Amino acid sequence: MLLDDMYRDVILDHYRYPRGRKPIEKKDFSSIGHNPACGDDITIQIALENGNISEIFADCKGCAISTASGSIMAEYIKGKAVDEVKHIAQNVRQMLKGEPCELPDDMGDIDALEGVKNFPVRIKCALLAWITLIEGIGNYESGHADEIVVVSTEQGED
Amino acid sequence: MHTRPEDIVITSDNSSRLCARTIKADFPVLSQDINGHKLVYLDNAASSQKPQSVIDELSRFYSEDNANIHRGLHTLAERSTNAYESTRKRVAKFIGCQNPDEVILNSGTTAGINLIAYSWGEEHINEGDEIVITEMEHHANLIPWVILAKRKKAVLKRIPITSDGRLNLDDIENIITDRTKILALSHMSNVLGTINPVTEIAEIAHKHGAIVVADGAQAVPHMPVDVSTLGVDFYTFSAHKMLGPTGVGVLWGKKELLDKMQPFMTGGEMIREVHFDKVTWAEIPHRFEPGTPNIAGVVGFAAAIDYLENIGMDKIRQHEIEITRYALEKLSKIDKLDIQGPTEPDIRGAAISFTDHNVHPHDISTFLDSKGIAIRAGHHCAQPLLRILGKVATARASFYIYNDEADVDALVQAIIEMKKYFGV
Repeated sequence: MLLDDMYRDVILDHYRYPRGRKPIEKKDFSSIGHNPACGDDITIQIALENGNISEIFADCKGCAISTASGSIMAEYIKGKAVDEVKHIAQNVRQMLKGEPCELPDDMGDIDALEGVKNFPVRIKCALLAWITLIEGIGNYESGHADEIVVVSTEQGED
Repeated sequence: MHTRPEDIVITSDNSSRLCARTIKADFPVLSQDINGHKLVYLDNAASSQKPQSVIDELSRFYSEDNANIHRGLHTLAERSTNAYESTRKRVAKFIGCQNPDEVILNSGTTAGINLIAYSWGEEHINEGDEIVITEMEHHANLIPWVILAKRKKAVLKRIPITSDGRLNLDDIENIITDRTKILALSHMSNVLGTINPVTEIAEIAHKHGAIVVADGAQAVPHMPVDVSTLGVDFYTFSAHKMLGPTGVGVLWGKKELLDKMQPFMTGGEMIREVHFDKVTWAEIPHRFEPGTPNIAGVVGFAAAIDYLENIGMDKIRQHEIEITRYALEKLSKIDKLDIQGPTEPDIRGAAISFTDHNVHPHDISTFLDSKGIAIRAGHHCAQPLLRILGKVATARASFYIYNDEADVDALVQAIIEMKKYFGV
């Protein structure tokens, strides 16, 4: 088992210095994710400007993998269009689950999450931020932005 | 016991202590390398490993005796039945019970507690009655009572814990009252390691006319247990945590209570007479053993008890006190590491939960696994307790007869390396 394959330097850097931790003043939507198996929690708040993500707060309380995954996500999606982010998030989910996926050439630090695939019990840790984001966007798109979605990794993410 | 000349080295100056190294050689699974390191198995509170004698007995049973029990009239059926029933007697003797009919063989602790909740509970619990549990219960000794209380509109009360993980009995006279029908408590906590003063609390419960159910899943594997003096009415435990096969467990109950109880599951084996409109039940214990049980597992369980008794439960308890003392001393010297549960080894078992100020338990477990060390990380099926402790998860190292000081040293060394690795 290659520990360093999962805990890559990029992952450990995001874990030690997580991005997206500055609370935002006026959010357009938010969602909360929970991994009941290990108790990891994430709160995501997003502010938009002309359909683009202008600010993101991603507060993850959990292990190195879920914290880093949330941080990588926060860094990557800032400034991008909601549609594009939704597409990418769905593909990151596919990648983590070992399913066929299309990811953009410029993946930022997302590719560092690929090593998690080899540690099946830890995939949920990496998934948490992304599925919470997907649900939040879905809720926003269906006009329920003021309701907070609560997502659990136990729901259809096995 | 399997002994090699080079193993006749007493690791301690106290010759009454058992030799973990000699014992380890009897457990084939422990001789392997994991991720390039010698396996250090410290997840015994979840499940213990099996000695060769238990593995051999399972294989021997299937190779020589296998048949269904209590039914056939042929030689194999008779051998199987005898082997199964002799385990029942073996278990009875092991826990100090005079009457083997009081020993119900089932699939494990969970099955035993559910049987009491659904059978005794169904009949005796009414609206407004009280069921008392403790804050440190495993879900197996918690959820059946939560559900029973909801079903019957009864009140679920709990005995709180102190900051060092013992039961806080200051208010016990207000918690256990004349309305209390059941007291259900763990004999030894799977998270905190605490050994609860079961006899003392059972006495209070009995004074108020309640029955007492003890979850012995963590206690029976690690210390002498005598149900004739413990003062409880029901006692449950699992074979797989005490060197035996998985899927086998024991519910011991007082005959006068079991005799009056209705079956929880019905079907083959548990009846006396069956008509289309009427069924009469078999006597205990068969009334509570419907269907074909895990016969081979039960037979293998006897070999596990033999192994433990060959060493001696007193000696095992003494060994674990020593290893717990050593582990607590070493772990408490590590910076920014919190240890749960009592600090005195003589009131606790060898399941030690800990958390690092910076590294999440799942990362701890993954890192330790990369060094060949198996521990458990998570909520240990005790979410309400974890909430009280203010943790979402803990790491837990739990020791057994084949673990020694060298295993503690390996754990401590790996934790120190882990802190460097994550660098937080």
